[in-house]
Amino acid sequence: MARSNKPILWLPFAGGGLVAALIIPVLIVITGILVPLGVVRLPYDKMTAFAHNPLGKLILFGTVALPAWHAAHRLRMTAHDLGLGDGAAVKALCYGAAGILIVVAAAMLVAI
Amino acid sequence: MSRRPYIRKLERNWWLGQRRYVVYMVRELTSLFIGLYCVLLVVGLFRLAQGRAAWDGFLAALSSPPGVLLQLVCLAFATYHSLTWFALTPKAMPLMVRGEPVPAMAIVGMHYGAWAVVSLIVLMAAGI
Repeated sequence: MARSNKPILWLPFAGGGLVAALIIPVLIVITGILVPLGVVRLPYDKMTAFAHNPLGKLILFGTVALPAWHAAHRLRMTAHDLGLGDGAAVKALCYGAAGILIVVAAAMLVAI
Repeated sequence: MSRRPYIRKLERNWWLGQRRYVVYMVRELTSLFIGLYCVLLVVGLFRLAQGRAAWDGFLAALSSPPGVLLQLVCLAFATYHSLTWFALTPKAMPLMVRGEPVPAMAIVGMHYGAWAVVSLIVLMAAGI
């Protein structure tokens, strides 16, 4: 049987879909509603302490990288559905954008 | 294999014709807003790495009217993503326990439970 690279694309897509479903809504409630209302503060010292912690780094990285990959893969499929084709340009744009986000996130977490 | 494969013409607006196609497309396009919010998160990490003033500026931008509006739109699509994602889990990952299929409602219910637990943990970690 021919080997397929589909599981490599699909597994992080499914994992990212789950992570996004579980964590993104509550994060938006915090950053988009509770912080503007002044109910929650995200002080610099607390946030840097979280980003310093190895487990904190892992959580932050997973929260960005998996949903970003999920979005890229799904947008590529949706581009196909919209008649934009599934050529190299669509793949490069979708996976490239997600790749840049993931690399920048990793670099920032190393830097903090 | 044919050298000139037949490619059926696809109208760009084919999905506007039927309600369920529109619902499908809205579900798929939730990924655009998930992606947008990921960009916001990475900008946040970038600003956090730059220091205290940059981070405070980022929080102020999040709290500005355009920032809140963008996030409310993202929240609507992200919530729709959660609901549709949990609804399809029993179809994508049917579970068997001791040879018996786990009822779809139980699988979906476990996901809602996990959603509640994760949301609560994040809210508590944020200091609510």
